[in-house]
Amino acid sequence: MLDWLKDIWDNYGVYIIAVLAAKVLMFGFMMGNAIFSVWLERKVAGRIQDRLGPTRVGGKFGWLQTLADGMKLLVKEDSIPAAADQFLFRVGPYIALIGSFLAFVVLPFGDGVVAREMNIGLFFMLAVMSSEVFGIILIGYGSGSKWSLFGGMREAAQMISYEIPMAMCVLVPVIVSGSMNLGYVAKSQAGIWNWLVFHDPFTFCAFWIYFTCAMASCKRAPFDLAEAESELVAGFHTEYSGFRWLVIFMAEYGSMFAVSGIACLMFLGGWSIGIPWELTQVFETTLGLGPIGFLIGNVINVAVFIAKSWFLVFIMMWVRWTLPRLRIDQVMMMCLKYLIPISCVLMAGVSVWTLFVPYVVQQIIGWVICGVSVAALGYMVFQLVTWASATPGTAMPGMWRTTGLPGYQGAAKQS
Amino acid sequence: MFELQPFMFWLIATLTGLCAIATVISQNIVRSATWLLFTLAGTSGIFFLLGADFVGAIQLLIYVGGTMVLVVFGVMLTAQGPFINMKTSGAEWAISIVAGILLFSVLCFGTWGHFSAPQATAMDDPKDSHQAATLAQAMTGAGYGPIYKPVQRERIHYLLPFEIVSVHLLVVLIGAAYLARAKRRKGAAT
Repeated sequence: MLDWLKDIWDNYGVYIIAVLAAKVLMFGFMMGNAIFSVWLERKVAGRIQDRLGPTRVGGKFGWLQTLADGMKLLVKEDSIPAAADQFLFRVGPYIALIGSFLAFVVLPFGDGVVAREMNIGLFFMLAVMSSEVFGIILIGYGSGSKWSLFGGMREAAQMISYEIPMAMCVLVPVIVSGSMNLGYVAKSQAGIWNWLVFHDPFTFCAFWIYFTCAMASCKRAPFDLAEAESELVAGFHTEYSGFRWLVIFMAEYGSMFAVSGIACLMFLGGWSIGIPWELTQVFETTLGLGPIGFLIGNVINVAVFIAKSWFLVFIMMWVRWTLPRLRIDQVMMMCLKYLIPISCVLMAGVSVWTLFVPYVVQQIIGWVICGVSVAALGYMVFQLVTWASATPGTAMPGMWRTTGLPGYQGAAKQS
Repeated sequence: MFELQPFMFWLIATLTGLCAIATVISQNIVRSATWLLFTLAGTSGIFFLLGADFVGAIQLLIYVGGTMVLVVFGVMLTAQGPFINMKTSGAEWAISIVAGILLFSVLCFGTWGHFSAPQATAMDDPKDSHQAATLAQAMTGAGYGPIYKPVQRERIHYLLPFEIVSVHLLVVLIGAAYLARAKRRKGAAT
């Protein structure tokens, strides 16, 4: 018995430990990501919609509320409705979570910081994230409730249609870079002017359409028809509580990060901060630090990548709390009548562009797109900063006229 | 001597087989589809184990999507009550057992032929090998079929029947949609 175990340890111990470490890291990141995203969601919602809770509750910067929320979900009773299909009700959330988790297997966080480098990494991610939808449909069907069934069926219809433009738009940078290996595509975009989003007009449009479809695929408002709390109580997760509900939302925030990660890697230069050198090489060879330099470079790479992806997640939240929900027929019409034809045109256009437009013209157009975009972004940030520093003389229009809340000086002065 | 590759293969294969049996046994249509999903995911796991990433990902993408559509249509087109149960009659059992045994014996025959062949030099000369590559190449008209003839016209020997079968599938789809459409009688109130 012990010899047998020792045999396994001698031959495969290193692999087993490496695999376990990678899985624990990824799972830990998913949980941390969910906690951070919930906190961010609350804060963004509080700021944008003038909600009072998130700006006051929960200790310094409200971090305690997320923790308390997590504790509540862990100890809350896990009820299963009598009308539900027990097996499907139990298994649904985990299928969704596995689909979301598998996407992280091939998602590179830095130069070589990836659990399994795959030549078809992008395709693999799209494939496993489509299985997440199956979990949602099972949740909707197995709950034995009309609200859940409506939510699940809406999700199915929405996902089957939105997967098409999403996959086609993500093929546009693949055509340009000639690889589906996520790490390779990211490394080929060193320098902000080489980012594929600025490569030509077609990739620029493809980025925005991809991001729209990615929001739809994560069931985020304005596409959250599967939840639609004004029509369907809570949609597909109406009957869930406690730990299984937590699992559903870990899957949702995980896939939000994953689709944002794809957007970063395929369009926004991956872990590049805009300089035309790979940081790991700079620290390792140019500065002559050796393996430690490689490590330092990769720590910076991972931080940059996570920050970029979280910024895209923040934009998803920004859109969610700003725009109203579409109707289901509007959602379907937008995809089938507009997004699919546009993405077909983009794919054909980028093929023609890379084949027939002279290289010099390509370069010049790329520089122009990059310059205009960066200038526009800079102007917007400048406006934002200077505009926000001007304090309003009276209470702003639409502000809550509350009194007596601690720390709310504006109302006290007014009354 | 413990080896990881065969261990993983037998683990995944056993789970896949158990899920396949559960697919057949369970009577609830959505549960059955869920077990089918696990079976297909297990098959893709074997592809990943063999290092065939692309085939594995294709398997996941196509069959997960296919199972999803199966569930949606299976539920929408056949639902009478909240959960659907299928009753299988004795004749259906008999037919499916016969078909299953036939298919299984074909597979056994093929596997036995592969093992008993004198050390097939598969990649060098596909003509002599007892592998799926032979069939696939014959189907796509790439030559080296079992009745290989060096005439260009003969090379698409299996491709035409294959295409006809896929058109037949399309006909079945249209027929199913026709049968399942909402029937409106003349003069009935809308």
